[in-house]
Amino acid sequence: MGAVIEGRVLVGGHAEAAALVLDEPLSLWGGLDPTTGRIVEVRHPQHGEVVTGRILVMPSGRGSSSSATILAEAIRLGTAPAGIVLREPDEILAIGALVAAELYGRTSPIVAVDADLYGSIREGELVTV
Amino acid sequence: MTLELSDEERTILDGERGDGAALAMRLLVGMAEISRAPRLRAITKAHIDGCIDHGRAGLDFAERLAAGDARVAVPSTLNVSSLDLLHPELVRLQGAAREQASRLMDTYVALGCRPTWTCAPYQLPERPSFGEHIAWAESNAIVFANSVLGARTNRYGDFVDICAAIVGRVPDVGLHTDEGRRASLVVRLRDVPDRLVDSDVLFPVLGHLLGTIAGSEVAVIDGLPASTSEDRLKALGAAAASSGSVALFHAAGLTPEAPSVGAVVAPGAREVSVSAEELRRARDQLAPVASGARIGAVSVGTPHASIAELRRLAKLVAVERPRVPLYVNTGRFQLASVASLGEQLADAGVTVVTDTCTYVTPILDDVDGPVMTDSGKWAWYAPSNLGVEVAIGSLEECVRSAAAGRVVRDESLWGP
Repeated sequence: MGAVIEGRVLVGGHAEAAALVLDEPLSLWGGLDPTTGRIVEVRHPQHGEVVTGRILVMPSGRGSSSSATILAEAIRLGTAPAGIVLREPDEILAIGALVAAELYGRTSPIVAVDADLYGSIREGELVTV
Repeated sequence: MTLELSDEERTILDGERGDGAALAMRLLVGMAEISRAPRLRAITKAHIDGCIDHGRAGLDFAERLAAGDARVAVPSTLNVSSLDLLHPELVRLQGAAREQASRLMDTYVALGCRPTWTCAPYQLPERPSFGEHIAWAESNAIVFANSVLGARTNRYGDFVDICAAIVGRVPDVGLHTDEGRRASLVVRLRDVPDRLVDSDVLFPVLGHLLGTIAGSEVAVIDGLPASTSEDRLKALGAAAASSGSVALFHAAGLTPEAPSVGAVVAPGAREVSVSAEELRRARDQLAPVASGARIGAVSVGTPHASIAELRRLAKLVAVERPRVPLYVNTGRFQLASVASLGEQLADAGVTVVTDTCTYVTPILDDVDGPVMTDSGKWAWYAPSNLGVEVAIGSLEECVRSAAAGRVVRDESLWGP
């Protein structure tokens, strides 16, 4: 039985997948290769992990607004996370997911949750958002 | 809080101005709900960053807007792109990548944006005035507009910038409100020598330190002279918006909203003081290549060099000709403002880059050694974007170093 995550919905939708819990925020621009779904930021603790089809769990977004285009591009290419759980709402990731929904008819739902719920999500656990 | 829309805003949402405008309004309403804005607010200008190529999705979006007959509703300038249209041979981008970058630029022009291709829209005529609400993208332009001009913009970026330009509105939150512009942090210069406070190199270094201290907070700086030039504030802001997410800083007795610290500070603000020693450490952390080290190239003009900076550069290189490649990035407007300036610079051996920048697209030839810059922003991004090591100094020091082929700096500025 996996955890059902309820929080503030930034981008609506439904997803169920294994959690990939990041120790630090990731800037998707410069940090995620949308052609492979792999984390390419060498200084990031989860460098080398693949986000595709996972529920990406990270404290917040980071860095350039160009991350919005990278998320939309990953959704277009089918390499994006199945869904995203954040502790802090992030407008840059949200606009990327909203644009992808408009352009390609699919997206990665994004929810923001409180710190207690955030801290309870375990790596690899089946999560439903 | 629920978002209230006017009748006119509802008609745009319902498609009365076409499918493109309806799409833009739908996305803007989505963003307003996420930021819990009570309403939208009219803007007078926009600066758009979506014209730089970060993937097919960016082009798909712009083409969807254009196919839906969208046009910008307010005067809109365009940021740097991936190509230099005036000197196309400088950018080593080929085939499909070049084609996609070029189509993206054409589409933004078709949406009604002006082909300004500069990251320094505040150097163009008709820049925003005090109190004007605008939607600007590009981190250095945002911090300049808010801090130096006293105009009001949040940190807009990909997709949101063009949506705001098309509907002529933004969510009324954050830096558009009086409360959002108060400083929660006071940064005081403590015992910083006058010579350092009066030198160009202080400003990118102080900006870098400010970004690491402030993150996304609004700060007020105490201790800068009232005579500090716009170009120095530009350098400060650009660096602070690179190492941090600074969108607004005040400088007491200098920037337009801050006649004093007390005029802008919020209750309970924290205080940090900064010494010359900390500044020197911040410089070496940002750009570790030391004085005396051999360099392979020099790049200045990030953000785009102003007319005053181009003139200074032309004077300097007329006396000391560069021995290693020296690049200057600027806007086509700035370059064209002074007759024969481009030729003077080229004749002295300077490579002039317009429309884009040496850290966002492949321009620098295989550089043999570290690169020196006068920019905190360039020093921040170039190591990861280009894989180069960086030294930082003033414009004068950069020119002297380009002539010597090694880092020549006045270290005595930073104290004993």
